[in-house]
Amino acid sequence: MNKPIRTISMFCLVLFVALLINATYLMYFRSDELAADARNRRVVTAAFARERGAILVDKQPVARSLPSDDQYEFQRTYPQPLRYAPITGYFSYYSQTGIERSQNDVLSGDDPRLFVTRLVDMLSNAEPKGGNVELTIDPAAQDAAFDGLQALPGDARGAVVALEPSTGKVLAMVSNPTFDPNVLASHDLNEVEDEAKRLEDDPATPLINRSIGTTLPPGSTFKLVTAAAAIESGDYDKDSMVPGVAQFQLPQSTTKVGNWQGGSCGANKITLTQALAVSCNVSFLTIANELGNETMAKQAEAFGFNSTALTDLPGQARSLYPTDMDEPQTALSGIGQSSVTATPLQMAMVAAGIANGGEVMQPYLVDEVRAPNASLLDKTDEKPYSRAISRTTADELTDMMVATVNDGTAGVAAIPGIEVAGKTGTAQSTDSRPPYAWFVSFAPADDPKVAVAVMVEASDTARDEIAGGTLGGPIAKAVMQAVLDQ
Amino acid sequence: MTQTGALMGFVHRRRRGAELFLLLLALVVGIGAYAAVGLGVEGTVPADIVGYGGWLAGLVVAAHVAVRIVAPYADPVLLPLVAALNGLGLAVIHRLDLTYEAIGRTNHTFATQQLTWMTLGVVLFVATLVLLRDHRILQRLTYTSGLAGIALLVLPFLPVIGKDINGAKIWINAAGFSFQPGEVAKVLLVIAFAGYLVQHRDALALAGRRVVFVDLPRGRDLGPILAMFGVSMMILVLQNDLGSSLLFFGLFLVMLYVATERPGWLVVGAVLFGAGALAAYTFVGNVQNRFNIWLHPMDYYPGTSFQPVEAMFGMGWGGLIGRGFGGGMPERIIYAEADYILAAIGEELGLTAVMAVIVCYGLIVERALRIALISRDGFGKLLAVGFASIVALQVFVVVGGVTGLIPLTGLTTPFLSYGGSSLVANWVIIALLMRISDHARRPIPRMSDDTGEMADSEHTQVVKLQ
Repeated sequence: MNKPIRTISMFCLVLFVALLINATYLMYFRSDELAADARNRRVVTAAFARERGAILVDKQPVARSLPSDDQYEFQRTYPQPLRYAPITGYFSYYSQTGIERSQNDVLSGDDPRLFVTRLVDMLSNAEPKGGNVELTIDPAAQDAAFDGLQALPGDARGAVVALEPSTGKVLAMVSNPTFDPNVLASHDLNEVEDEAKRLEDDPATPLINRSIGTTLPPGSTFKLVTAAAAIESGDYDKDSMVPGVAQFQLPQSTTKVGNWQGGSCGANKITLTQALAVSCNVSFLTIANELGNETMAKQAEAFGFNSTALTDLPGQARSLYPTDMDEPQTALSGIGQSSVTATPLQMAMVAAGIANGGEVMQPYLVDEVRAPNASLLDKTDEKPYSRAISRTTADELTDMMVATVNDGTAGVAAIPGIEVAGKTGTAQSTDSRPPYAWFVSFAPADDPKVAVAVMVEASDTARDEIAGGTLGGPIAKAVMQAVLDQ
Repeated sequence: MTQTGALMGFVHRRRRGAELFLLLLALVVGIGAYAAVGLGVEGTVPADIVGYGGWLAGLVVAAHVAVRIVAPYADPVLLPLVAALNGLGLAVIHRLDLTYEAIGRTNHTFATQQLTWMTLGVVLFVATLVLLRDHRILQRLTYTSGLAGIALLVLPFLPVIGKDINGAKIWINAAGFSFQPGEVAKVLLVIAFAGYLVQHRDALALAGRRVVFVDLPRGRDLGPILAMFGVSMMILVLQNDLGSSLLFFGLFLVMLYVATERPGWLVVGAVLFGAGALAAYTFVGNVQNRFNIWLHPMDYYPGTSFQPVEAMFGMGWGGLIGRGFGGGMPERIIYAEADYILAAIGEELGLTAVMAVIVCYGLIVERALRIALISRDGFGKLLAVGFASIVALQVFVVVGGVTGLIPLTGLTTPFLSYGGSSLVANWVIIALLMRISDHARRPIPRMSDDTGEMADSEHTQVVKLQ
């Protein structure tokens, strides 16, 4: 019987070797793949309990991990929750948004740039720590924008974006209504689920960062793009005479579109500068109709329409300028109506592009990445996003926008002693929804330090052109002043 | 049935000192793991470490002393291997208990119960060695134990005492506590198979016709095989227990092959079982489900594949060296203290410990097969092969199932898993192996006390002279 016993021994050896190989395969070679599965609660819990790096604004944390004495070792806290929530996002047991999500690798310590730190932690048997992320935000501008939106009557929904035209740095980014990420980061998971459900069901969509996540008709602020296209075409300059009559007959249609104040824009023929200053619809309907869909689309896309520019935040909506509009739609697009939609960030990029001599800089939020010991690991380089218009076109547009502030509809944003360039807008969507008040501006006009776009959506907005100025103007002015006062 | 050792004048040493030394190492594993659980989960060495360690040491020493007295030539490696596995299992179950208590589960005294069962196991181990001085006595009980084994397998079907847990009818309820009769049945069936095969091996091996490449047995010899096949299929279909079915039939096939030395039996058996398993796959939903879950576990998560996928997550999370006791979340795996204890070990002690455990099982099987090789009687050989096969098959089925090598089937991990019936039965198996090895390694009693100069033939010649 010994021969079969030896055979059986070999067979058993094969079985056990198979077990050893398979265990090695599962626990060593598949380890990373299993850890990468989003449903793996062990990884989530470990990440949740870990000491995450801080998100800093001007060296002060707007999100940080503090030691906790419950089942998880650290508690994510947000010192100024409502003000910065649209940027930081939240870090809950279930999910992350905002910078917490886009910079998760750095904050959790998994980023390759933190390899040395991780190695040292491992060798010294210390708990791994995450790196810190420094934002480009200017706290004074952020405060001005947030306080301005909060001060609006009637729980106004809105957003403010401020950019540094020469670099693309995002100086302020505010969205209202906002939420408290501290509640979502709580270790009481029942409370988190309740709050998450409440926020998701809220018709005011507080979880959406309106400055990048919603696209709305830009209204008269889009006349900047129309004017840019006109001057770039070579057929116009700021003194060209354009129609200023009371009504524009839409092509292929019986509809006539009038100016916001009803009558003519002062004369039957006005200069392009005047047309922008009084936000004359007929002038820009005429120009857009004459330039055509292709030219208009090219100009819009040069400013960033039909793509997304900011890589630092998830959840961006794409500003649209459709390339297949018919003639009446194209004409209406000249005043920011029909199918044209833009995010506040997009309109800030238009203003910043004009302010920066025609070159739009790539907007960015993450300025520096630092190791837990504060040593610099990476600094974002400013880089051009697109050449939207020529320098001369930019200069002419700047003059026209200065005139709009000094003599036109955007006067509310004027700052004594400083030349401000601006443009108002009030966009109609449907009759049932309130119009959106827009305001874009930059200052100082000769050496721009800040470009701002404000969007307000409030139930008591009057359906006239002043509204964009009354609601958005003071906020834009406060943000610009906050930046310039430093 | 060679007697190589005796013929060559080789006498096995007792090696009880080596066993004692290895047992001390096993105690270091068991008590050390218990202390590590306390340190990892609660931050301090458990207060009852002296009492617990003393109890464990007492059990091990008692078993060792019994072996010294009644089976001095028994294999010195088996007992330490078993002690180490059992000690590690207790520590891991204790670690799970602590978490179960912390998260408020009602059942969190598995370790205490397991220690009681281990004590009973050691008592039965000693009793078996003391009462059974020669394993060949068991051969008299061939048919008795065969019947008893089959009766035990049928017990869970009986209405009042049978109990259905998770779709598998392998439990009985008696006097307030549940019991898996299959665990005892496997010991009895090995005895029955060994007794039957040693009697009929010649008929099974030599009679029959050769068809193509396979020596087909005579029809009348097929009877017991078909009966065993029927029992296995019954277990599979009626009890929904693929693991036990595979275990019993595989065990029978291996013993048949060893007894007859005819690989043809393996072919016949494999074809039969393959056909049966295919039929079961086609007609029994449960088998099909398990197969699908095995092939695509991630597709069914977190539904029906919650348990295996959590085990995979846990073992992957453990990696090479594990998260340390208290550093993982083995409580997420359903039945981590029972069928899935290896996943809990993998998560917190890593691939290193999993490999160590698999190697320990490999060594048990190796020692058992070695005992079979050196055993002087056919019955002993077959018994030892049978027990080796049980451990090998059971470990392969359950470890392979937990690590995703084969479809999952519910079986306990010998000596590690929580489960009284299994633990006790396995201790008895080790006692029987020790008894056979004591018999095999013991020097052959001399027929005469002479110097060996006079050969037997001379004596006969003298007698003939008359």
